[in-house]
Amino acid sequence: MIKGKAWVFGDHINTDLIIPGRYLDDYSAKNLASHAMEDADPEFPRKVAKGDILVAGRNFGCGSSREQAPLALKHAGVSAVVAVSFARIFYRNAINVGLPVIVCADAVSEVKASEWIEIDLHGGSMQLPSGERLSFTPLPEFLIRILDEGGLVPYTKRRLQMR
Amino acid sequence: MVAKTFAEKVLSRASGREASTGDIVTSRIDLAMSHENSALVLKAFQEMGGKDIWDRSKVVILFDHRVPANTVKAAEGHKAVRDFARSSDIPNFYDFRAGVCHQVLPERGHVLPGMLIVGTDSHTTTYGALGAFSTGIGATEMASVWATGELWLRVPETLRLILSGPLPPGTTAKDAILRVIGDLGADGADYMCVEFTGQVVDALSIAGRMVLSNMSVEMGAKAGVCFPDARTEEFLAARGKVAKGTTSDPGAVVREVLEFDLSRLGPQVAKPHSVDNVVAVEEASGIPIDQAFIGSCTNGRLEDLMAAERVLRGRQASQQVRLIVAPASRDIYVEASEKGILASLARSGAVILNPGCGPCLGAHEGLLAPGERCISTTNRNFKGRMGSPEAEVYLASPATVAASALKGEIADPREVEH
Repeated sequence: MIKGKAWVFGDHINTDLIIPGRYLDDYSAKNLASHAMEDADPEFPRKVAKGDILVAGRNFGCGSSREQAPLALKHAGVSAVVAVSFARIFYRNAINVGLPVIVCADAVSEVKASEWIEIDLHGGSMQLPSGERLSFTPLPEFLIRILDEGGLVPYTKRRLQMR
Repeated sequence: MVAKTFAEKVLSRASGREASTGDIVTSRIDLAMSHENSALVLKAFQEMGGKDIWDRSKVVILFDHRVPANTVKAAEGHKAVRDFARSSDIPNFYDFRAGVCHQVLPERGHVLPGMLIVGTDSHTTTYGALGAFSTGIGATEMASVWATGELWLRVPETLRLILSGPLPPGTTAKDAILRVIGDLGADGADYMCVEFTGQVVDALSIAGRMVLSNMSVEMGAKAGVCFPDARTEEFLAARGKVAKGTTSDPGAVVREVLEFDLSRLGPQVAKPHSVDNVVAVEEASGIPIDQAFIGSCTNGRLEDLMAAERVLRGRQASQQVRLIVAPASRDIYVEASEKGILASLARSGAVILNPGCGPCLGAHEGLLAPGERCISTTNRNFKGRMGSPEAEVYLASPATVAASALKGEIADPREVEH
């Protein structure tokens, strides 16, 4: 179960907004976390708390293939991203670094900023404080397995060891 | 036999099974490219316990985003990858010498029609111009490719675009793709394989087709392909390569077929802060600019530099404008230099940079201050892309950028012709 306070964003939140190119020479978690989402909301890096959940509109993560985008969110404490749709590379990268991504058409219109929401990743549902429950199609089993193992690095490590 | 799309055919071959749209298949990778973020790839590769790259001949590594290294951190990243590439004896390691990855790989004959190519860069779709199925991936999954040679991919739906023309004189591949993205939207081809077909595509050079395939990711495409023809064969032959490639079967099921009549299209401009915010150049004309950039994996090729030079030849760029030109590769730099193109552009006031990505992503070499405005031949005009989040980026063709540099404001290249 993932529990956290919601941040609500609009459509087409691109990777330059998530982590600007000018900060990409430094791969450290501290650098990435301290600039996460700053061009979308300058307050975000300061105010984001561990466990917070991003709720957004269409095409979240469009743009660059930079894996630092989901990493910046993860290092900043974000526990999941819920969006109407995702750009494909961001979606893959998020799972690969162990950041859950959920496709849910209704969340962005139903969830209010700063609300506490609860997500059942395996069951495919999201509980809002209003009592409303939103459902979504759970990720395919093998992607959940990658997430459960903590990302693609531990997942592949185990596969390589089994060879 | 069931008729198959291009995407289904390439992914069937690569996965060794009959793959249909919507299937998730584990595919063998034919070519794997990574640039500076090879440092991240390497870190993940080592953490995974990877020792040997599955097939060194299928890996290309180069640096292009921050060359020469612009910070100590960037230099450290380069060094880590350089040491690894040397000690692992990677045959296709170009260091910082060759230029922008998406120009270098086709130019050096690494890309063949029908290949399944992945790269740790979103504009890896560029190689579709030669008939490859080519897509961007992240650094960690590239580490997994290095270790295993395999990657899971969902077989995408197909969006077939018929670009009818001919394009009027003065209208380029960049104008065509901007118009398409403007109409379809920034997620109009989400997850899909876009097939570029029609008279306009047939008439384009390989460089022009690379613009289409390159920018297909700006409408969310997984891959953007132009099917091989005599021009493709000629391009490959010049590099000592022969390959036929593949196309969609007649009757294959595609999600949608859309026709664009581009026979009356003029120059287009994408306004801030999204690539699909596209208008005819007339609607943006007169907006003052501070910087004009010609270069990148989208429009830094010889024909692009020549188009800009034709506009500027014998004239001076506006004193109000910083005109910056970066050829996309060393080969292009040399050729443009030998043809006198670079000298002519420099005489017009351009600052010529080494080949690289620098300004396009706001990494270095020409960042924008708050309140500044740039017109650029690159591929993204997102807020903060080329420097300050309070700066503005307009996207256009090389001719339009050159005309704008000349006038000091966004200008229609047809109006400044010699």
